[in-house]
Amino acid sequence: MPALNINGRTLDFEADPATPLLWVLREQLGLTGTKYGCGVAQCGACTVHIDGAAIRSCVMPVSALQPSQKIVTIEGLSADTSHPVQKAWLALDVPQCGYCQSGMIMAAAALLKDKPKPTDSDINEGITNICRCGTYNRVRAAVHLAADGGVPKKA
Amino acid sequence: MATTRTLIPATAVMPADISETTETLSTLLPVAVGRRRFMIGSASAAGGLMLGFQLTASAQTQAGSTEVNAWVVVKPDDTVVIRIARSEMGQGTLTGLAQMVAEELECDWSKVTTEYPTPGQNLARNRVWGNFSTGGSRGIRESQEYVRKGGATARQMLIQAAANEWGVLASECSAESSVITHKPSARRTSFGNVAQSAGKLSPPADVALKDPKDWKLIGKSVKRLDTFAKLNGSQVYGADLKLPGMLNAAIYDCPVFGGKVVSFDAAKVQKMPGVRRVLKVGDTAVAVVADTWWQAKTALAELPVVWDDGPNARLNSQMVAATLAAGLDAPDAFVGNEVGNAKAALASAARRIEAVYAYPHQNHATMEPMNATARWTPERCEVWTPTQNGEAALAATAAAAGLPAAKCEVYKMHLGGGFGRRGAVHDWIPQAVAIAREMPGVPVKLLWSREEDMTHGRYHPVTQAKLTAGLDAAGNLVALHMRISGQSILAGVAPQNLANGRDPVQFQGLTSSGDGAIGYTVPNLLVDHAMRNPPVPVGFWRGVNHNQNAVYLECFMDELAHASGTDPLVFRRKLMAKHPKHLAVLEAAAKKAGWGTPAAPGVYRGLAQHMGFGSYTAAVAEVSVSKEGELRVLRIVAATDPGYAVNPQQIAAQVEGSFAYGLSACLYGECTLKDGRIEQTNFNTYEMMRMSDMPAVETIVMPSGGFWGGVGEPTVAVAAPAVLNAIFAATGKRVRRLPLANADLKRA
Repeated sequence: MPALNINGRTLDFEADPATPLLWVLREQLGLTGTKYGCGVAQCGACTVHIDGAAIRSCVMPVSALQPSQKIVTIEGLSADTSHPVQKAWLALDVPQCGYCQSGMIMAAAALLKDKPKPTDSDINEGITNICRCGTYNRVRAAVHLAADGGVPKKA
Repeated sequence: MATTRTLIPATAVMPADISETTETLSTLLPVAVGRRRFMIGSASAAGGLMLGFQLTASAQTQAGSTEVNAWVVVKPDDTVVIRIARSEMGQGTLTGLAQMVAEELECDWSKVTTEYPTPGQNLARNRVWGNFSTGGSRGIRESQEYVRKGGATARQMLIQAAANEWGVLASECSAESSVITHKPSARRTSFGNVAQSAGKLSPPADVALKDPKDWKLIGKSVKRLDTFAKLNGSQVYGADLKLPGMLNAAIYDCPVFGGKVVSFDAAKVQKMPGVRRVLKVGDTAVAVVADTWWQAKTALAELPVVWDDGPNARLNSQMVAATLAAGLDAPDAFVGNEVGNAKAALASAARRIEAVYAYPHQNHATMEPMNATARWTPERCEVWTPTQNGEAALAATAAAAGLPAAKCEVYKMHLGGGFGRRGAVHDWIPQAVAIAREMPGVPVKLLWSREEDMTHGRYHPVTQAKLTAGLDAAGNLVALHMRISGQSILAGVAPQNLANGRDPVQFQGLTSSGDGAIGYTVPNLLVDHAMRNPPVPVGFWRGVNHNQNAVYLECFMDELAHASGTDPLVFRRKLMAKHPKHLAVLEAAAKKAGWGTPAAPGVYRGLAQHMGFGSYTAAVAEVSVSKEGELRVLRIVAATDPGYAVNPQQIAAQVEGSFAYGLSACLYGECTLKDGRIEQTNFNTYEMMRMSDMPAVETIVMPSGGFWGGVGEPTVAVAAPAVLNAIFAATGKRVRRLPLANADLKRA
């Protein structure tokens, strides 16, 4: 039985090798925080981290992954929703419907790991996810806030 | 929930506004219940993936909770559960409506949670929660009075219960932050202590509502109540639901509108991994049911299907455009607004100006595709689904189940976007129920693929408009004829609501009065509509007909201003003297944007104003267009007057979102037809704005008081015309056919 290292645990699953990681997460492992949006790597709702890099899990067949690779989903980004990105998102009330936000948050966390003080154009390049509600400006503000720790400074 | 109050047997009520939906409540029969079945929602102790299953459990989930009245449940620890009838889909109505109830209830906001009553409970309780429909930016503006009364009534009952206990007059007691105080004796108690006795009291016949100047919570930018679960993956959407023993279905509906299934070769995929059933759904679709959705989708992709493409097999966008173009000069049309004699005044005007505009089909493209989980037995049918109208979803369920509504229930799941797609027509529910009927007792989750969602939308209507204006010798607008030709939403969605064939919704933003009144005084005005309905499913799309009507009118006003050599703001002002609220938002946006002062080098401005859904909106856009034609939308200043502003920071969020939605439509949004089917099947061919496209948005929330306007949609209308007018300022090019992606903005 194949196994993957997900959120710090080794999990066994049964699925056809061609099954995208997204559907193994959602249907075999019950991790439904990672969303299906398009299935063609366009919208980013399915973004997870593999060894720290943001990837779109809807086009990543599980057969291409090794148990040694560390996969992190939105459920595993922090134990108690305390990652600076999550704190910043909470402080600025970023989500609207929220469906794309797992992917947004994962993309933002990966970007900040790479570029701790991203510029606006870094954000434009690093976060290409689609949000139909239009939270983009709050996402941008929250990424900058997260870069400063995620907690607004008191005036 | 421990209350034992007997419910009054319900009689079916058929409110007029529900008839807007195709799935009317006519199937909903009276039902009497002795004891309420249980509530669902975020206040439930149950969480995570099993939420949906818990929903069907009865009564004991919230032991100790007392229903004070339909809107307010109080727990012994003073937690207040506020019931919300409208659907939260990101627009913030859940928080806003809770603020309204809490304002009058005088409860501790930090202890407020919310839950949805089910449509079945609303039916059983004589529609005590009123209308569930969440569209037309009506959530707050239509229910504000009765939800505030619900809070005030509950407060009075809680105070009365405390007064009874103390043997004092209720009039000597007051409530604040969930604490009731009897001033003369300095006695205090909390809501949680008296809730049980309060729940047994008869509600007061009438309650006074606070004067708006005394509001403490309404008007305050409190945080949303539903953010936290959206940050860690724990928010359960319809697509995430998992029930014990649940199977998963993928569906393929005939891609040609009006086509049918002739045959399919189930044996070819029957043995593929996980496949349980391969079946026809209605006349037009095939589905595969499997252990997992991925297995179902994989097998469906291999399923050979023979289609009868039907009468629209050759339909394409050019044919639709030609039909609409013919309507621009057709002799017969429905009149939407008429002042003076526009045709005569045009004939004698010193100068005539004419332009033709066009607006395409567009898909809502909610991030979460349509889905529903259904469980059917001969005795009962339950559906779990994201819906903007739980009651219409229940009616659709009952019709598909072949059962009376009293034997059905709908559990409203969180929506991954709505935008009008999940309200008036629940086309995915009959599919889910039809599949579930083939497997009695087994819950089946039907999830549309993105491709299915893109090709079976309820599209933004396609229209064209010919505008003809007459100017006098001094350049004043003396006559305007606006002929709209094209698709009617009501004709497609609720033909019973047409008035002698006329669709009144077609004229949104162009009527002489009402919640979308035109903001200009034109001495001779004619707005009319030649209805031309192509065989493409149509629906209410965030902003509805305001979107194209505002493009037509506001861009043409800009054309007239330039033709008369007048600044577009000055030109409008002359026509808006009798429309002070329209003008006030326009002036506010213009002032903040620096209209009339030079913009940065290479930056050009455009403006637009519009009234929709009871609110006044205006925007100034700043753009740059490179010589090569590359457009950058740099900055938006938007003003909105919704009368009363319940939560200004959430209004700002809706205004920002309106530009993302409205400019996505303006820049990219177009669904084209070829061979009777939609050509754009996924996001790689249906582009939308991303971070890099999104302008800065500065929002002015300027509630003038005295009325209740909507928030979620009105601003969408001004997004496109403000940008299109700015593009003209930058390039001298007038783009009259959307989307912009098809226009060439290059300059020689």
